[in-house]
Amino acid sequence: MIKIINIGMNHETAPVELRECLAAEAEGVAVALDAIRHIDCIREGLFISTCNRVEALVTAEDASEARKSIISLMSRMGNIPESEFSPNLYTHEDMDAVLHVFRVASSLDSLVTGEPQILGQIKEAYSQATKEKTAGVILNRLMHRAFHVAKRVRTETLICESAVSISYAAVELAKKIFHEIKGKKVLLIGAGEMAELAAKNLRAQGAGSISVANRTFDRAVRVAEIIDARPVSFEEIDLQLQEVDIVIASTASKEYIITCDQAKKSIRKRRNRPLFFIDIAVPRNIEPQINSLSNVYVYDIDDLKGVIKMNMAHRQQEAVKAERIVMEECIKFEKWIKTLAAVPTIISLKKKSESIIRAELKKSDGVLLKMTPEQKEAVQTLTKSVAEKILNDPILFLKGRSDRPSLDMYIDVTRRLFNLDREN
Amino acid sequence: MGSTWFYISVFLELLATVGLVLFAFKQKKTLFWWSYWILSAGFVCHTVFWVYRYYLSSGAAPVIHFKEALSFFSWSIIGVYLVFQLKFRLKVLGSFVAPLALFLMILSSTMPWIEVPVKPVFRSLWLTIHIAVIFAGNGMLAIGFMAAVMYLIQEYHIKHKRMGAFFNRLPSLATLDTVNYYSVSYGFAFITLGMVAGSVYAQQVLGAYWQWDPKEVWSLITWLFYAALIHQRLAAGWQGRKAAVLSIICFLILIFTFAGVSHLLGGYHSFRSLGLQEAL
Repeated sequence: MIKIINIGMNHETAPVELRECLAAEAEGVAVALDAIRHIDCIREGLFISTCNRVEALVTAEDASEARKSIISLMSRMGNIPESEFSPNLYTHEDMDAVLHVFRVASSLDSLVTGEPQILGQIKEAYSQATKEKTAGVILNRLMHRAFHVAKRVRTETLICESAVSISYAAVELAKKIFHEIKGKKVLLIGAGEMAELAAKNLRAQGAGSISVANRTFDRAVRVAEIIDARPVSFEEIDLQLQEVDIVIASTASKEYIITCDQAKKSIRKRRNRPLFFIDIAVPRNIEPQINSLSNVYVYDIDDLKGVIKMNMAHRQQEAVKAERIVMEECIKFEKWIKTLAAVPTIISLKKKSESIIRAELKKSDGVLLKMTPEQKEAVQTLTKSVAEKILNDPILFLKGRSDRPSLDMYIDVTRRLFNLDREN
Repeated sequence: MGSTWFYISVFLELLATVGLVLFAFKQKKTLFWWSYWILSAGFVCHTVFWVYRYYLSSGAAPVIHFKEALSFFSWSIIGVYLVFQLKFRLKVLGSFVAPLALFLMILSSTMPWIEVPVKPVFRSLWLTIHIAVIFAGNGMLAIGFMAAVMYLIQEYHIKHKRMGAFFNRLPSLATLDTVNYYSVSYGFAFITLGMVAGSVYAQQVLGAYWQWDPKEVWSLITWLFYAALIHQRLAAGWQGRKAAVLSIICFLILIFTFAGVSHLLGGYHSFRSLGLQEAL
């Protein structure tokens, strides 16, 4: 019996340093998929790698063997010993794996629940897998169902609104200050999912230049590439403060990145041009005192949440609804995957009927030879459709039993009734 | 006959103001446009009233009494607002400006009608220009003042993270700052021209451009304050809060110059002397 196995780490199980090590570029994913293809115990494979998660999704007969080979592959790719990251890994099998994939695709497993980017990233991962031909029957079906679930969650619940609304609220606020975003300069300090989202939103509103500063410069470069921005070094922030209009801070720093004194110095050179700080980091990156400076506005994540005034009970309801949709789709998928158990029997049935037809036609060769090609074809079609009609009900019956425990018995009966096994 | 037009315009402006204030709560576009057109109708009636008065006094600017001056101020504010609305398309501005204009109008309507013979010396084109241009400027500065008040209200809400009704209904800080800057710049140009016209008139009838009359002195003080505001905006890059606060101070000085000086400090600009014969 083929198993669906999901191995990986996300923002909850692994620190960012570790995720960074394993997060692969597009070419890296191709390499990983290539390696997956050459692992014998793995049938199908897919590799998801985003800022917040690194996951492999594979199908295999032997789960533990597949797990071992995936871990060793990850260790080779990230160039770190297995022991350093294996405690951070989670493994889901079969329906748990399906549930997990559905939840990830619908952004229920995201750092910011409901953020819409993850679906795009998963679609990208899937399209790479199809390009590398590592996705087969099960993964194809699974991923298409996952996209379907994500769409349902998006349209049937308001869960996505909360994430969008934080960056939406930031944009609305910026509009209340600057009137329009067009041409405004934006500085991202740190580059998480939320900051990216807010930056994208601002860009969509016509924001001018966007710069990205990060403690590790190469990450700034990488994120800047994704959102089409300009990377700047951390030391340049003071200088940037004189230029930009909107600052979005989201680093994991335990201390203030911009202190009040520091801001004062830079702001003096701004000639009173308004400056809007959006601090979505926890703990905060921007000293709250800065809000008291003239023409400077500081909003932290709680303030933004205040803007949204999202009713907590309401949100909980939406989450419950979203989980229900995921479960519902999970059950449907489970039903489908169980029909896979009946599939070999169905195929054997069809093969048997085909071979009988072929054999019987051969016996009647003498008569058939006297016929015109049209007549010959009509006979062939006739025999085929008779055979198909006869087999139709047994096949439907087997498919219908696929989610019942009695399936094994019916398969057994079918195989014996039609004498399928002896023939093989 | 003349007062009928006045009362019709008071009524229409009252109606329009109620509509505009309601608009601030209900946010219904049709409500705004109805109010806008009613206000325009009121303005037209008011204008008819002024034309009538102008002919009655055979060409004297109609601001001899404080009653008239108040309603003239109100008329200029509404006139400037009606034009500015077409430029800025800032509906909520009306909800703030109309009550101010209505307040002046009602204040004016509570004062008794005094019919005094108009002195021939007031029948001068220069005086008419002086009054008309100064009041056009005053109207703009009043709108600049209202924009500054709205700026401070909106800034308070943004700074203190109060995302209530005001936050939603008031326009952006940048917009309010622009309206303030625009109104103050034009208003300043107009009062400058008006003061020049006044001094030309003074030269003609009094033989001197400048006489250190209390109203003149206070006009100069007002002018200097506005000049300082514009200087700070241009040279020091002031904008937002500081500019708003200063423009409110400037307008309060202007109000004192308009109303206070005439009543408290006397001089030949005072309404008492304008009506009575002694001064000239």
